[in-house]
Amino acid sequence: MAERIQISVRVNHTLFEREVESQLLLSDFLRHELELTGTHVGCEHGVCGACTVLLNGEAVRSCLMLAVQADGQEITTVEGMASPALAGALHPLQAAFKEAHGLQCGFCTPGFLMTLIPFLKNHPDPTEAEIRQALSGNICRCTGYQNIVKAVQLAAKRMAQSA
Amino acid sequence: METTYIGKPVLRNEDERLLTGQALFTDDVHLPGMLHVAFVRGEYAHARILKVDASAARRRPGVIAVFTAEDLGSYWKPGPLLVPPPPIERLVFNQRTQVPLAKDKLRHYGEAVAAIVAESRYLAEDAIADVIVEVEPLDAVVDLEKALDPGAPLIHEGLNSNLAAHVIQEKGDYHSVFPGADVVIKKRLLYDRGTAAAMENRGVVAQWDAASQQLTVWDTTQAPIPIRNGLARMLGLSESQVRVVAPFIGGGFGPKIMMFYPEEVLIPWIAMQLKRPVKWIEDRWENFFATTQERGQVHEAEIALSADGRILGVKDVFLHDTGAYDPYGLTVPINSQCTLLGPYSVPNYYSEFKAVFTNKPIVTPYRGAGRQHGVFVMERLLDFAAKELNIDRAEIRRKNYLSPEDFPHNHQIIYQDFAPLVYDSGNYSPALDKALEMIGYEKFIREEQPRLRVEGKHAGIGIVSYVEGTGIGPYEGARVTVEASGKVCLATGVGTQGQGHFTAFAQVVAEQLGVDVKDIRVVTGDTREFNWGTGTFASRGAVVAGNACHAAARMVRGKILRLAGEIFQTPEEDLILEGGRVYPRNAPQKALSLGELAARANPLRGAVKPGTEPGLEATAYFGPERGCTASGVHALILEVDPLTMMVEIQRYVVVHDCGRVINPMILEGQIHGGVAQGIGNAFYEQLVFAPNGQLLNASFMDYLLPTASEVPNVENAHVETPSPLNPLGVKGAGEAGAIPTGALFAQAIEDALREYDLEICEIPLSPNRLFELVKERVPQNIEVTLATNEH
Ligand code: FES
Ligand code: FES
Repeated sequence: MAERIQISVRVNHTLFEREVESQLLLSDFLRHELELTGTHVGCEHGVCGACTVLLNGEAVRSCLMLAVQADGQEITTVEGMASPALAGALHPLQAAFKEAHGLQCGFCTPGFLMTLIPFLKNHPDPTEAEIRQALSGNICRCTGYQNIVKAVQLAAKRMAQSA
Repeated sequence: METTYIGKPVLRNEDERLLTGQALFTDDVHLPGMLHVAFVRGEYAHARILKVDASAARRRPGVIAVFTAEDLGSYWKPGPLLVPPPPIERLVFNQRTQVPLAKDKLRHYGEAVAAIVAESRYLAEDAIADVIVEVEPLDAVVDLEKALDPGAPLIHEGLNSNLAAHVIQEKGDYHSVFPGADVVIKKRLLYDRGTAAAMENRGVVAQWDAASQQLTVWDTTQAPIPIRNGLARMLGLSESQVRVVAPFIGGGFGPKIMMFYPEEVLIPWIAMQLKRPVKWIEDRWENFFATTQERGQVHEAEIALSADGRILGVKDVFLHDTGAYDPYGLTVPINSQCTLLGPYSVPNYYSEFKAVFTNKPIVTPYRGAGRQHGVFVMERLLDFAAKELNIDRAEIRRKNYLSPEDFPHNHQIIYQDFAPLVYDSGNYSPALDKALEMIGYEKFIREEQPRLRVEGKHAGIGIVSYVEGTGIGPYEGARVTVEASGKVCLATGVGTQGQGHFTAFAQVVAEQLGVDVKDIRVVTGDTREFNWGTGTFASRGAVVAGNACHAAARMVRGKILRLAGEIFQTPEEDLILEGGRVYPRNAPQKALSLGELAARANPLRGAVKPGTEPGLEATAYFGPERGCTASGVHALILEVDPLTMMVEIQRYVVVHDCGRVINPMILEGQIHGGVAQGIGNAFYEQLVFAPNGQLLNASFMDYLLPTASEVPNVENAHVETPSPLNPLGVKGAGEAGAIPTGALFAQAIEDALREYDLEICEIPLSPNRLFELVKERVPQNIEVTLATNEH
């Protein structure tokens, strides 16, 4: 039996203290221990990006991390995106995905959203080439990416206006 | 026709749940006391199983049970034949369907041998190594062209060869064409295997509630109702005791409608045996062989033409790789056989195929479902003919198009839906003109390409046509209910894998009932909500279920108008139904909301007229007499870097005709996604099997899916030729994007690398393969070219 280790992780502003097995993936911890199932798992080998979450504000693949490595850290998942201040209203990026039809089955979407949050912070006015570059580590099998690119452009514009 | 909701780019009802992480996918189901399954999978493509010893695994702490084929007792049975062969004369079909757990033999790599049930998935996976599977390896049949060799190893006992099927379909007399033929072109064309790679892997969760004697199954299936019916039969339960839920599904593309995957048969049974909820979620590695695949055909094709480029006849003899079993019957090769005819008038056609068993994963439809093979063959033949006859590529197509007067057009062969292949409607030249204009065909060829060539750039253009048989039967149904809140509930059987059913179907109902699309709650894919229907496949959702929604909504509309007419003492034609209210044309102040009307239609006290049905509700079904034929033209400009053989797509144009459009935004999304999969298929994705049948690239590191860097923006335009076969006039669109891409790539690459005079007769391509093809053509020159380019 694997060793059990006590961890405390802040997820979407809530502190969770749990005892977990050392081999438990962060993705499984979020999905199955905390039942935050918005983070999806498409490959578990770091290629598809579906499992992307924010670790202290940086996009990381939760399938490539162990839960114990998140001890003492701050994590944001798709469930924590809509600001509580806005009474659960969609984040501008989420709204843009809807308006630009940037999702079909929606399985890859949380990973794209999480990848894009830090990207837009660092590139408030991105070119299409920059957007495509930023998206190239996430796989979507439904949309052909075109409308995801459009959604990012729309979100950037909106976020610039409201900033 | 004036519409309020149909034809509008209405934003999707389902998006909010998906965007906030609230949507329920199968792996999101958590139940108290749930157990987890991992499968022990065979590590040979072909082997005799001598012994399976699970005793050590059973002793491992945390393992609750291990099941082998022996342990299944009488529950062990080969799966049903999902699609019986169509009624074609002289057809040979050898049925060999997959088994729940391999018993005597392994027939493809990764076949499940034992199911380990444990307290966690981690524990179950740890126990896999404890199970000892003793085997005697056998030679594997991997190359489909060797499958029928006299000395080939036999995959199935009781058959004297690896022949799965043999089908000949003929129209006219191909041999009669020769005296008049000016040109005959004969080619060998290959189309290799690929996988759908939906982002969500498969999964099944089952819960048996002994107290209520109810079984609930969550399944990533495209066909929850047939799964329920089949499970009830297999488990000896009544259909009303089984509820199958296909919740949100992370992409389907065909392989999620196999019926029955071994895991779908086993997980519910295990839950009943152990009386605890059980979950199995496929991982990506398993998805590469436990989920079905598609492609794998070799064609020997021939076309005869007159000097002016008219098709006199086509002959095509091909081999189709069906994998280790053939539960999906002949759908894929029959699609290839039929779709080859494309939008063209082909007076004489001889088509013969043999489907063969190989020691590879099972082949069932994946987006396109064999259609791309037929299109590839025909479009390539036309390209070679155009070159030979010195006719423009677009013109040779136009010359052979069926003309609008030719519809309905009977191709005189049998289609996958068992009906004769009759095109319902079509008008092909406008789409071609539009595509030529959008891509700037003339200008590119006359000005841009020569200029680019002078600059040393290898740019090429391609243009191809295709048809897509869509919207086949048998039927779907829908129930529309106006609730006392004024909201409308729409229940239908076809699940959704991202096609926007929650919105498109709601638009169809909204159109009839005059309520906002947002006020229509669509429930799909849950047998408790609606339990008649077949599933989402063959681009049929919008056509078959869409028209059932339309029919049910019309009936409810009738009920609303009748009741309101009585209340207002107004003739029905003087009533207006809009904004969720109904009122007499000349007295809008009297308006009643649909909610009030629904309450009146369902009184709690008092008498109703004899024969009155309560509520504002109706159920309707739609079954088309046959499928409808969508069509389109794709055009592409690409540039090849002769140094790396990488291809960069500069423009991609799709002009598509799928009849009346319900939601252009969703439709375009379907096309974008299809094109992306087509591009993957054409240039990046290929399953590579070792001679022993082992898949060598079973991961996303090695099987390359196109990313945002490879997939271009697609420029779309629509032509609308409504289908006369259904009241909405719609045709399906789910697969169109993916169908002609291989043919298009081949043509455009040949054009870009014109100096090498390539003849591309295979898909998928890759930079490596392209390099080899060029090298075969000009063994010495290529080094020279490369050297020149380096400086
Ligand atoms: S699941 Fe983590 S990258 Fe695919
Ligand atoms: S929307 Fe289905 S994988 Fe991206």
